Amino acid sequence: MIWNKEMECMGLENLKNIQSERLKKIVEYTYKNCSFYKKKMDRHGVNPEDVKCIDDIQKLPITTKNDMRDSYPFQLFSAPLKEVSEIHVSSGTTGNFTVVGYTKEDIRLWAEVMARALGCAGAEPGDMIQIAYGYGLFTGGLGFHYGALEMGLTVLPASSGQTKRQLKLMNDFKPKILACTPSYCLYMAEEAKEMGFDPRKSSWEIGSFGAEPWSESMRKEIESTWNMLATDVYGLSEIIGPGVAHECQHKKGLHVFSDVFYPEVIDPKTGKHVKKGEKGELVITTLTKRAIPLLRYGTRDIVSINYEKCQCGRTLPRISKIVGRTDDMIIVRGINVFPSQIEHVLLGIEGIHPHYQLVVDRKAGELDELEVIVEVEEKIFSDEMKALRSLEEKIKKEIESILGVFVRVKLVEPKTIERSEGKAKRVIDKRTL
Amino acid sequence: MKLTQISVFLENRKGRLCDVGSLLGNHGINIRALTIAESPEFGILRMVVDKPKDAVDILKRKGFIAKLTDIVAVEVDDRPGGLAQVLQILYDNSINVEYMYGFVEKFSDRALLVFRFDSPDKAISVLKKNKINIVGAKAMESI
Repeated sequence: MIWNKEMECMGLENLKNIQSERLKKIVEYTYKNCSFYKKKMDRHGVNPEDVKCIDDIQKLPITTKNDMRDSYPFQLFSAPLKEVSEIHVSSGTTGNFTVVGYTKEDIRLWAEVMARALGCAGAEPGDMIQIAYGYGLFTGGLGFHYGALEMGLTVLPASSGQTKRQLKLMNDFKPKILACTPSYCLYMAEEAKEMGFDPRKSSWEIGSFGAEPWSESMRKEIESTWNMLATDVYGLSEIIGPGVAHECQHKKGLHVFSDVFYPEVIDPKTGKHVKKGEKGELVITTLTKRAIPLLRYGTRDIVSINYEKCQCGRTLPRISKIVGRTDDMIIVRGINVFPSQIEHVLLGIEGIHPHYQLVVDRKAGELDELEVIVEVEEKIFSDEMKALRSLEEKIKKEIESILGVFVRVKLVEPKTIERSEGKAKRVIDKRTL
Repeated sequence: MKLTQISVFLENRKGRLCDVGSLLGNHGINIRALTIAESPEFGILRMVVDKPKDAVDILKRKGFIAKLTDIVAVEVDDRPGGLAQVLQILYDNSINVEYMYGFVEKFSDRALLVFRFDSPDKAISVLKKNKINIVGAKAMESI
């Protein structure tokens, strides 16, 4: 269903007017209330009066992940703490948390955009949803929770983990919708099979999967394993959490709720807009947030934007599925490597479940070494050494032909690769540069 | 006439073989024969045990990757040339041996070997025709 027809199917001229009005207000608001932003704009030589319409957004400086870290904990907040209802943090790989806050109004916004997102996935009021994203400081669980309540769904706030219990809930209560990370969804399939349960007979008809990049081949794997529609949700805690964009049932890109989250695509090197339709870093401005509005936040996610009206009737622009993150990307012997490329190869080799990890290392005075660690699963295990060796060789050759980089492949026992919050840790860089 | 072998994927890590051994031991499963094929990174542990189906269930529950394969146990004269005699028969009939290994315990005054063939049924009929004794699951239980 389309949750908010007025906003989601609006004519582009109208949309632009709303965006322009909102941008002017939010720039004034942050300049006035957040000394961090005032300084940033002053340094950049831009005044709120310079911003008169949405196209003037390019005059503003980019807000970076480092700005988030440097303003720890609350300096990027525009609202006083006593007006903040909820605080979430996401764990950075280095140093401090990234801290975000929500006023009551922001929570209402979050519920609204998540209701729209669930509508994109195909949810209808009255459906039951199993939310298996982590609840707590992580935005995944509560974001879905608020949206599901807003839409009038029946919520199973299962949170992440306890797979046997998840499967029992599904089996006994028959929820129609599942929300979790795509890798956890596939993990549950393994467990289901071990319990003697056929995943194709599950009650889940629709999945809303996100919080980590995943490929088209992984989608196919989920859809065929569970016999369900797998849709992609996009979000990041800095902007709001889940609910920034969501795929509709046509699965041709993720609709960005651009009346509140204005998207741009820039070349990360030059900071300039790329040509229409080209790939670059996604930059988002939160047009209506109160606690911690961000102007032109560099998401580090690589996408392209399609502005054509969708078959579903929504006029909201669509971002492409995330192909990689500028900071997930590793450079091995000068070549850019995205974990999603490796995932694609593994899924192409029949039966390999995408639990893998890339380890990059460089011994003193030597070239980078890339090791691909792959968990063996029953489908590909053989009692014959030559079969396993040739599998290793096949993975190695296919990865090398796609990446053009020499790799070592290592087969390991199941569940040896570390998982956190249901997110698999894809890259370990041991190089000390 | 075929026997069931369990094969287990093992990483070359300290203590993994011990883990399998004690797991099966604790569940009262007896290992009759075993061998390990190894690469620098991992190994394949192959075993003949008294209760193969139970053993596989137990291993899988503990997160091991394990599977069952048909193998053939053959009695060979325990004297110089005993093995060669059997291999000659297989060679003459173009039967390929994927791998083979010996039993831990003595079954009789003859040696007992386990063969993994690409075509076990054909191998059994050829060996029988040549009067080589094949040990079935029933006879195994009496060891």
